[in-house]
Amino acid sequence: MPLTMKKLAEVFTNKETGLTQGHRMCPGCGAPITVKLALMTAKALGYEPVIGFATGCMEVSSTIYPFTSWSVPYIHNAFENVAATISGVETAYRSLKKAGKIPADRKYAFFAFGGDGGTYDIGLQSLSGAVERGHKFIYILYDNEGYMNTGNQRSGSTPPGADTTTAPVGKKIPGKVQLKKNIVEIIAGHEYVYAATVTIGEPMDFMSKIEKALSFEGPSFIAALSPCVRYWRVPEDQTVDITKLAVQTKYWPLYEVDRGVYRITRKPTSFKPVSEFIKIQERFRLLLQRPDAEEIINEIQQYVDKRWDRLLALEAATKDKPIR
Amino acid sequence: MIKTHKEAITGAQAAAYAMKQIEPDVVAAYPITPQTPIVEYFAKYVADGVVRTEMIPVESEHSAMSAVVGAAAAGARAMTATSANGLALMHEIVYIAASMRLPVVMPVVNRALSGPINIHCDHSDTMAERDSGWIQIFCEDSQEVYDLMIMAVRLAEHEQVRLPVMVNQDGFIISHGVEPVELLPDEVVKSFVGELKPLYPLLDIDHPVTYGPLDLYDYYFEHKRQQIEAMKNVFKVFPSITEEFYKLTGRRYNFVEPYRMDDAQYVMVALGSTNGTIKYVVDQLREEGRKVGLLKIWMFRPFPKAEVQRYLTGRKAVVVLDRSASFGAEAPLYEAIKSSLYEAAAKPLLGSFVYGLGGRDINPELVRFAFEKAMKHELVADQELYLGLRE
Repeated sequence: MPLTMKKLAEVFTNKETGLTQGHRMCPGCGAPITVKLALMTAKALGYEPVIGFATGCMEVSSTIYPFTSWSVPYIHNAFENVAATISGVETAYRSLKKAGKIPADRKYAFFAFGGDGGTYDIGLQSLSGAVERGHKFIYILYDNEGYMNTGNQRSGSTPPGADTTTAPVGKKIPGKVQLKKNIVEIIAGHEYVYAATVTIGEPMDFMSKIEKALSFEGPSFIAALSPCVRYWRVPEDQTVDITKLAVQTKYWPLYEVDRGVYRITRKPTSFKPVSEFIKIQERFRLLLQRPDAEEIINEIQQYVDKRWDRLLALEAATKDKPIR
Repeated sequence: MIKTHKEAITGAQAAAYAMKQIEPDVVAAYPITPQTPIVEYFAKYVADGVVRTEMIPVESEHSAMSAVVGAAAAGARAMTATSANGLALMHEIVYIAASMRLPVVMPVVNRALSGPINIHCDHSDTMAERDSGWIQIFCEDSQEVYDLMIMAVRLAEHEQVRLPVMVNQDGFIISHGVEPVELLPDEVVKSFVGELKPLYPLLDIDHPVTYGPLDLYDYYFEHKRQQIEAMKNVFKVFPSITEEFYKLTGRRYNFVEPYRMDDAQYVMVALGSTNGTIKYVVDQLREEGRKVGLLKIWMFRPFPKAEVQRYLTGRKAVVVLDRSASFGAEAPLYEAIKSSLYEAAAKPLLGSFVYGLGGRDINPELVRFAFEKAMKHELVADQELYLGLRE
């Protein structure tokens, strides 16, 4: 059953996305949009999602006991172990299916969701282990570039120059000085994996990658840029637009690595300077007031340009050459 | 009569053999000395197709416990095994497994916690988990490991309990020591443990449930109270399981084992393999006409206070041996025994000995020395003494 707009609309209007109303995420948050895009794709394709969630904004805001916003099976264990947890659930599924204890006519799909703290940082080992073992699950990173649940602390995903409470822009140090960790490359390095970037501003690209992940007989990793309006300090109605800008400025290139084969899935005909992405976010306001602001922005521009060129080269070099 | 057979095996093999017969749906494990042979033996059963268990060769103990939580919540019978630093790495998720009321059974091969790093036996690893909400059982030998592993499944999965169980065995002393163990036929064990009846399984997609919600000051306390109640239910449930096992095997278990206690005036209390050495010394002293006895503690959590009171009230002196220290406070077993005797009508003289840390040997002479202290009435309740220590 291929993915159709008609089917998607049906799932959406019947509120069958798995995440129901009543959750307490901030207005304009990117995380619930990320979750819904993933789950409605699975539902529209006839899958039954089973969800694991790492500790974070989305987890605390959707399951305040005795309430839950989830109409699909959901487990939260701890911060750093959602991949290991879902690997246990998926293994139980295989074992019980073999024993004839699972309905044979239902298509299960195992999803693990984590923020950037739970993925780039504290949960990286758990994720690496689960991917290496080859469990059939889809890991979705909702990347809002910091520990936003606890009030904007630095993570391995926070961009340089962003003001956070643990790497503040000070008189001497211009906020975070390190670039983002390249999490997609780290996971793609496990080789037998489907890894991709997506973002909520490009829903068709997002959903087609989820469709591909669902059909892949192994682990998938989807990195979704999901703005935090509260700490990126952008207007609530700009969540989606800002992610489009991230793609147009090469800040968040959309691509996939399918068992080593690179493919860029969105190639804008013209690019905008990365400063446009930076200047509309108040989290960079203090950086922009510094005399060295232009220098830092130039460094980021050079980095995104080089990374884009490298992606083009990798795409050409790996075409039709899957490593496994 | 059931046709059993005896094999000369180690404690690790006994645990793995019990796991083979229990045949859990999922085992997630990471090797650590001295638990490693359990994982090795079990992996071989899986590789040879002897069991239908799905094994998850995780990258750490933290992931072992995390995967077991996922599998058990999913509705599977799930197990793992560990030691020392591995248990410490699991610590956070050990609490979560108990709070989710997941009936996981885990053999723990006791080893001294780092630091400094040490691979030999003491009980510091399991004692660090004594308030985690897990049932804690201690074994004296490999036979007990085998038997209690099987009974632990029934206890963990009982509807009035639904709590995880650690089955402790002393690292190397039991885990690597070979002794004859009487083994039951596979089908007898299978029928004894029965099928797991999962409660609210995550994989029941027609009845979706949310596991692990945010539980704040308005409900957390009530949920903790339910865990306390479940622990209390162990006192009701465990005797019926041990009775059924006794009828099957002729081997009787309980919360504690009294050894030559009938007229004993001087009693030693201990956990684990040291009880074997103590029994040997008790026999020697009895031959010399001394009225000594032993109260072996099989179950440490929940702590069998009533049994302890019943057996120790009115004795002349009680010596408690601990294989772990509690820095700045009394040793764990001593503390529990002393506190249990607070309400006793006739309080015995009490003494605390810490021994065997980091695998330091405990021998009959040291046990005899501790008994003699008691018999000479030289025990001081607030003084911690040490056996086999250079000072």
